[in-house]
Amino acid sequence: MSTHDSYYIPHKAVWPVLATGGLMMTLAGFANHLNGSSIGSGMMLTGFVIFLVMLGLWFALQSTESESGMYNHGVGISYRMGMMWFIFSEVMFFAVFFGALWYTRNLSVAWLGETGFPSGPGRSTHDTLWPAFQSVWPTNGPGKVGGDFEPMGAFGLPFLNTLLLLSSGVTCTWAHHGLLAKNRDQLIKGLIATVGLGFLFVGFQATEYYEAYHEMGLTLGSGIYGSTFFMLTGFHGFHVCVGAIILSVVLFRSWKGHFTPENHFAFEAAAWYWHFVDVVWLGLFVFVYMM
Amino acid sequence: MTAVVAEHDDHHDHHDHGPEKGVLRWIFTTNHKDIGTLYLVFGLAMFFVGGAMALVIRSELFEPGLQFVDPNFFNSMTTMHALVMVFGAVMPAFVGLANWMIPMMIGAPDMALPRMNNMSFWMLVAGVLLLASTLFMEGGAPSGGWTFYPPLVFQNGKSFPFAIFSVHLLGISSIMGAINVIATIFNMRAPGMTLMKMPLFVWTWLITAFLLIAIMPVFAGAVTMLLTDKFFDTSFFDAAGGGDPVLYQHIFWFFGHPEVYVMILPTFGVASTIIPVFARKPLFGYASMVYATGAIAFLSFIVWAHHMFTVGMPVAGELYFMYATMLIAIPTGVKVFNWTATMWKGSMTFETPMLFSIAFVVLFTMGGFTGLMMSVAPVDFQYHDTYFIVAHFHYTLVPASIFILMAAGYFWLPKWTGNMYNEKIGRLHFWLSAVSVNILFFPQHFLGLAGMPRRIPDYAIQFADWNMVSSIGAFIYGFSQLLFVYIVIDTIRGGTGEKVSDEVWEDASKHSLEWTVPSPAPYHTFSTPPARIPTEHF
Repeated sequence: MSTHDSYYIPHKAVWPVLATGGLMMTLAGFANHLNGSSIGSGMMLTGFVIFLVMLGLWFALQSTESESGMYNHGVGISYRMGMMWFIFSEVMFFAVFFGALWYTRNLSVAWLGETGFPSGPGRSTHDTLWPAFQSVWPTNGPGKVGGDFEPMGAFGLPFLNTLLLLSSGVTCTWAHHGLLAKNRDQLIKGLIATVGLGFLFVGFQATEYYEAYHEMGLTLGSGIYGSTFFMLTGFHGFHVCVGAIILSVVLFRSWKGHFTPENHFAFEAAAWYWHFVDVVWLGLFVFVYMM
Repeated sequence: MTAVVAEHDDHHDHHDHGPEKGVLRWIFTTNHKDIGTLYLVFGLAMFFVGGAMALVIRSELFEPGLQFVDPNFFNSMTTMHALVMVFGAVMPAFVGLANWMIPMMIGAPDMALPRMNNMSFWMLVAGVLLLASTLFMEGGAPSGGWTFYPPLVFQNGKSFPFAIFSVHLLGISSIMGAINVIATIFNMRAPGMTLMKMPLFVWTWLITAFLLIAIMPVFAGAVTMLLTDKFFDTSFFDAAGGGDPVLYQHIFWFFGHPEVYVMILPTFGVASTIIPVFARKPLFGYASMVYATGAIAFLSFIVWAHHMFTVGMPVAGELYFMYATMLIAIPTGVKVFNWTATMWKGSMTFETPMLFSIAFVVLFTMGGFTGLMMSVAPVDFQYHDTYFIVAHFHYTLVPASIFILMAAGYFWLPKWTGNMYNEKIGRLHFWLSAVSVNILFFPQHFLGLAGMPRRIPDYAIQFADWNMVSSIGAFIYGFSQLLFVYIVIDTIRGGTGEKVSDEVWEDASKHSLEWTVPSPAPYHTFSTPPARIPTEHF
């Protein structure tokens, strides 16, 4: 608990505006790259490094301030609310892609195959363009976009990954208990296990993607199945990476002796984020892999 | 939330020092009033940029035939006008008001997350810069409409990925701003300021913030799919691969409908703040106003496909979205009734903010009624994509959101600057705006009903007269807004020379806390929470 019984209001913020500049440069560079400009990738990389460095300096400042006891209980509540609603926005982001999967599987593909009820706009497309198309899932559409492919099964690497991610949720909670019980050893061991399981998950997913591209003919371009499969699992994998990096920072700070049972917002935020990533994966496993 | 505020600074120990000197103050600031000012000035500047684009459109449409600009540039102007006005002018202006007023209205020392507050403003600037850069690109600025419908949007030239990333940045900015509003309102209220004692502006912004967090990621997801469809071989919106272009429209309007309420709910909040002060009565039906706002926000999520009645949906879908849309008239009607009842038997005076607010109640109601007309699916088949819809949404945005933003400016400028604005020029600004806005938009109803399509640089000869009237109205309206700029600058420089009191408007301090602090409001307010919470609105 902070010794200052007051709400901390900083006077000046240098890093946020510089980080914003970095992010803008990254995206402008990426857009140039997509337009075929040769300066694009260099600009994107430079911008991204600036962005990361500025964020790093910002978070380092926050961590120093937190450890020197400048944040009281009220500040902690604001941070927690911030994290909570940030995660809600992430939930909505994933919801769009789940929604697209639901819509295409249950409505638009069915209409294209003339099996949908109630009848929808794809009907006339079926009659005039692709009268032979049958509605099935997985599909790469009546145009067989991307060529023949083999769909990804649920009970190979994906099932193993489910077990890994669920276990990492347990180790994360175990670490939290260690923190609350002032057992630094348990905290650090729990975090090492969590981060390790996280990166192992990413490694297996990379293997899965490699097999999809090289042995199964399944790519991002494999029609609507490939699109939804790789965008959903890809964005999730990216979030696992980010979560694992956040947890690594928390691990480093724990090792440096940061956090007390009363003051450990960064740990909680990282843990919430990790559980969110976990829950999204369960959704993916059911709706993308199993069904 | 505790009583005292500590301010940490490397160089100063004393607690109540003012702003830094020089331009860096504005770049690195974390002060809610500075950031509010930045947002408001930026919004006003963009209002004129977007307005200039509108005048290009109205010049071209003054007479039939192609006279000033080529059709692609015309289409860029309709697209950019919408994007600049929505994301550059109206939303930032309301975020500016939120920054300035929410902490002062709930007795908080600042926003809950001041550093992130700084970042959300600069993200907005970054997003608008990316968007503006497209004006100078090969192929021109985006011209497929602000809705970015595929496959038309893929025809944009080099501007395409820049427009997409601009949306991402604007989305990040809005989400961070919204998170800040929610954390501030839930965590920073002064003791005794219960939720049902908050001024209605704070309530409407709280609900708006929830809308923003729920919808901006949806828009980001939709444009991400556009990006991957164009550059990374996905088939989300391509029927050959099993996708569906209509899917984009569903996702877009799931964002788009709440989005228009993001622009109107804070408008309701400001109107509910101003009308009681000049009617010298408590707001009629405070609780019902809160519930109506919540109901409108909820309904906004389940009516989206009324924007797509003609796209070819199953009949069951058309019927559902038709009836659900009609329901919105009920809570909106509650609000209009309450504003009217607030004025009923009040000792009203008609200063400029009140004039704008009354015009808002009347003209917004008209925009609401045309909305109700279009909610009827079979009828909408005739109105869809005509000037009727253009007239409808401009009635709900210009004499509603924009008028109320002007009203807010007149209402709070004395509090912000400590000076009184020139009432005579203010009223002139109001009457010019109120008359010309109707000359501008009312004839567009006739044009639409007669079948003139929107987003077309040329038209059949029978539409000539009303287009000419509309364009004349547009130029009067556009140029009379310069009076507002004059008044703002004049007021900052001293205005009428009359020193305003703390409460500025008679008995305003009974309504809300910002009128209990000095005018101009000090750099830091409510470092210790207020002793008394106004309860006039019960």
